[in-house]
Amino acid sequence: MIAIEFILAGMLAAATPFLLAALGELVAERSGVLNLGVEGMMALGAAIAFITVYTGGGHVPAFIAGGICAMILSLFFAFATIGLHANQVATGLAVGILGLGLSAYFGKPFESFTVTGIDKIAIPGLAELPLVGGLFYQDIVVWLSLLFTVALWYVLTKTKLGLLLKAVGENPHAAESIGYPVRLIRVGAVAFGGFMAGVAGAYASTVYTPLWADGMIAGRGWIAVALVVFGTWMVGRVFLGALLFGAVSLGGIAVQTVGLAIPSQLLTSLPYIVTIVVLGVISSNRRLLRLNGIASLGEPYEK
Amino acid sequence: MAEPLLSLRGVTKIYGPVHANSGVDLDVEPGAIHAILGENGAGKSTLMKLIYGVDTPDEGDIYWRGERFEVTSPAAARKLGVGMVFQHFSLFETLTVVENVSLLVPGSKRELTSRIKQLGTEFGLEVDPLAYVHALSVGERQRVEIIRCLLADPKLLILDEPTSVLPPQSVELLFDTLRRLAATGVSILFISHKLEEIRSICTHATILRGGKVTGNVTPKDFDAHQLATMMIGRNMPDPAPAKEVEKGPLLLDVAHVSLPSEDPFGVSLEDVSLEVRGGEILGIAGVSGNGQSELAAVISGETMLPRAADGRLSMMGTDVRTMGPAARRGFGFAFVPEDRLGQGAVPQLSLTKNSILTAHSKGMVARGMIRGGRATEFTRTCIADNDVRTPGASAEAGSLSGGNLQKFIIGRELMLEPKLLFLNQPTWGVDIGAATAIRKRLIELRNAGCAILVISEELEELFELSDHMQVLHDGRLSGRFKTSETEPEDIGRAMIGAEEAAQ
Amino acid sequence: MTTFALPKLVRREKASLPILVAAPFVALLAAALSNLVLYAAIGVDPFAVFYAMLIEPFTSYFSFSEVLLKAGPLLLIAQGLAIGFRAKVFNIGAEGQFVLGAIFASAIPVYYPMASGAWLWPSMLILGTLGGLLWASITAFWRVRLNANEILVSLMLSFVALQLLNYLLLGPWKDPAGFNFPQSVMFPFDALLPTLLPGTRVNISLLIALAVAVAAWFFTQRSFAGYRLEVGGLAPNAARYAGFSQNGAIWISLLIGGAAAGLAGAAEVSGPVGQLQRSISTGYGYAAIIVAYLGGLHPIGIVFSAFLMATLYIGGDNAMVSAGLPIAAVNVFQGSLLLAYLVAITFVRRRLVWPQKATTEMVAQP
Repeated sequence: MIAIEFILAGMLAAATPFLLAALGELVAERSGVLNLGVEGMMALGAAIAFITVYTGGGHVPAFIAGGICAMILSLFFAFATIGLHANQVATGLAVGILGLGLSAYFGKPFESFTVTGIDKIAIPGLAELPLVGGLFYQDIVVWLSLLFTVALWYVLTKTKLGLLLKAVGENPHAAESIGYPVRLIRVGAVAFGGFMAGVAGAYASTVYTPLWADGMIAGRGWIAVALVVFGTWMVGRVFLGALLFGAVSLGGIAVQTVGLAIPSQLLTSLPYIVTIVVLGVISSNRRLLRLNGIASLGEPYEK
Repeated sequence: MAEPLLSLRGVTKIYGPVHANSGVDLDVEPGAIHAILGENGAGKSTLMKLIYGVDTPDEGDIYWRGERFEVTSPAAARKLGVGMVFQHFSLFETLTVVENVSLLVPGSKRELTSRIKQLGTEFGLEVDPLAYVHALSVGERQRVEIIRCLLADPKLLILDEPTSVLPPQSVELLFDTLRRLAATGVSILFISHKLEEIRSICTHATILRGGKVTGNVTPKDFDAHQLATMMIGRNMPDPAPAKEVEKGPLLLDVAHVSLPSEDPFGVSLEDVSLEVRGGEILGIAGVSGNGQSELAAVISGETMLPRAADGRLSMMGTDVRTMGPAARRGFGFAFVPEDRLGQGAVPQLSLTKNSILTAHSKGMVARGMIRGGRATEFTRTCIADNDVRTPGASAEAGSLSGGNLQKFIIGRELMLEPKLLFLNQPTWGVDIGAATAIRKRLIELRNAGCAILVISEELEELFELSDHMQVLHDGRLSGRFKTSETEPEDIGRAMIGAEEAAQ
Repeated sequence: MTTFALPKLVRREKASLPILVAAPFVALLAAALSNLVLYAAIGVDPFAVFYAMLIEPFTSYFSFSEVLLKAGPLLLIAQGLAIGFRAKVFNIGAEGQFVLGAIFASAIPVYYPMASGAWLWPSMLILGTLGGLLWASITAFWRVRLNANEILVSLMLSFVALQLLNYLLLGPWKDPAGFNFPQSVMFPFDALLPTLLPGTRVNISLLIALAVAVAAWFFTQRSFAGYRLEVGGLAPNAARYAGFSQNGAIWISLLIGGAAAGLAGAAEVSGPVGQLQRSISTGYGYAAIIVAYLGGLHPIGIVFSAFLMATLYIGGDNAMVSAGLPIAAVNVFQGSLLLAYLVAITFVRRRLVWPQKATTEMVAQP
């Protein structure tokens, strides 16, 4: 009972880094670009945001700084892959390695320092409920992320911009032939993905666990990439996936509070193992992937 | 004479060593249906790309209503009032008709839906606005493309080989639509290499050969033979007479094969049966997208049938249902695929390495290692015997022209000395010279006793080549037609599924 | 109307060999210059770093031997990975396969700490190879049977492998006499690889790695199996048409990559480390990805890039000591080097064309 209450209360906050990074990557992938550098972009965003808060910059500038630095990194990726048709997989890895390196490089003087997070806001009435009350007692970023999720869903499914993104991802040649600037749209989508990864990292290092440690992103960027596949490129399903991973990542602590003797390493591995299992289950449905998949994903676009 | 809507003066476009267009002049009058006539590789597509702003000319000028314009992008061309219907449509399969339209035409979905319906009745272009494009037939997709262009209120409509995707009956419908459009003052540029069509619908024709304009004529004043001579610069070669030869043994036997499509955008094959004997050419006609690629994959072995599948699939008397392409080649089967670059050949590899692709069993591999000398020797022979124009065996496959690469691939497959040869769209995008050479080779091969199966969208080609024909429509194969006793209209009816005719 | 004149990328008729060869050097130069700026920005003398990183490793016998020592595992892993990358099978979980190789190899001395005999280290290498291969086979199974993306699966398995290592070292495999440090027993003498150069830690695993490079050359350049993988990577439809099995290509690619990484992991514990520790996982598996690409995915190129990357590792350590550079600078350098290289090789098949004329005037028809 306590464990469930604990998971319900913490799940949304734990899910937020996954959610923001995955939604950013979703937009990039919908335009047809596979950026595997999410982990590195998140790490860079986390380091820059942490430094900003630690040096007295405040949380809002920290999120913006983290987002922009990660976005700049994503623009290197965009230049190589969209401008010059470099291999997207390899370039994504390069950007990931570079981002991780830069985060460690800039974060080095701040290793193991902590900052103050931000206060939580309770929804009156609901937050006092037994068992589920914790769900309604969250920080502002969580609430904004939920709003953002709904807004993104609206833009992608109900507006012409969303239609255009889907069109560019399915058939860039056709989109160009009816007069849309495919590369510009793709660069925009990649930059958006970079910004969101940076914000996700900022949340992780300045709000969720407000401390800096090298390697603190710990594969969450990669799980975000996997989440986009789990969600078959749909916002609602990506959100559910992020919640699942939020819950799984709390599972370890929850199990310990109950007092079960499970090796902590197994609990730490749980998100990775769940990723592998879910990836297998979703991917084996080839029909689903083909129906929802992005036809030009990963393919360089050449006129 | 009215001022031309569109004029080109001295337009030249060079790609590497190729002068795709050189010094092209063109005048399109308002309300004209103007043909651009030329064989594959004559520069028709390049010219359209320049007019539509996909590419920009290296030299020369484009005038729109007498004013010079730089058409730098399709968006700029559309702003002028140029619409284009592509040969391979620029539609988005995962979107609905109205969504596709809304990407090009402003307006709410409801508004567009009613306008699509209205235009449909007005010009004979009926289509369900809420249907997903992947669920539409090729003909319906073409209607969507035309509607999308018309809604943008164009002054000039370009159609690139519009009839190549239509069965004969639908061609008349399309022409009717185009005439109605022209009557409203819209100019139409009609790109084609089909002479009779041009004679029946076009008011002007500009003939291209080797990137240059070789004639500006009124097509009705000339017969097809004269137009053809202008188009290819010499007399049309006569097709080799298809004399009857004695039928050999049954070499390909397909009976009652069904294969549900795994791909939601693909076509399921249903109860397909066909037979090919030695000394016979069987042609498979049909509008593309009716299961051609699925059928080709089943016959080549790229798609193997499930072990438990019903039906029969045997080659040279052996059941090959669960065998892959390499195993089938072992029985004397050879296959020329539709897609030359990326399937029939690897563009980044040399011709020598491309020989190994299917001919490795010709002594090119010993104890797991490649014997480069053998492969080079094979490739040189193939190049010499098939008149492949290339610097040599080490040239990358991607650097060859379409016709030359096709000659190489067919040559390679013939050097396997097949008993059963299967070709998918053997002359698609190949210039007339190479196409004629290829057809001649096939007939010689048939006369020597080889069993040949050809899938083609070009009805004329099938009538010229095949002893028998069957028609593929929506994953089903019609009965056999004996070519010498069949009219194109009979095939046409089967192409739209109007009747399941046999014998 | 003004035309905005950006240079255009145009496909070359043929791949340019000079650019292919020059690309790594251009990338190295570009990465070095941009990184020196970065060092200067945090107040580190860029020239001191330059000296420490690229010159100092060659100034003494010992430090050069350390370069050779580092090059061994990088060379081994990268050769294996490159075979997969050429076939477009992206195994990026070599780190995990390396760790599993180390764990499997350590099993013998951990369970038989008194064992001795000439059979010991060879069997450890074989067992380690098997470990890497088995770990990679999970990814292959997931990809072939479940259609799952091998990049994500192999990477997730690396995270799991690291936790497995932690579990063993903190639990069942912890040295009872090790003052509670997370490490195994020290291995007996016969479990250690024979030294190659006297007075250094360079051992015969370097020879094994070079032999693997030669084998990789024959495999990729001369064998029919290598040809089939190459076709599958360049044009999957052509491979299908020819009848080359795609699933086979995935299995072979991942098993070779896993085996090579496992062998490298085994050689690490039975070589310079001499016991199973947490610190055996120092990112060789990720660095090898860079080595593979930088070597042009070619067995000979990889020999050079492995030595270059090893130099950077040793040089980075030097720069940390002598110039006060954060060790993370090495990762930054690696990342920017790979990025610069990937940009550079796009010009092997393409070239830039600057617009010749930019007419801006509008002329009326005469």
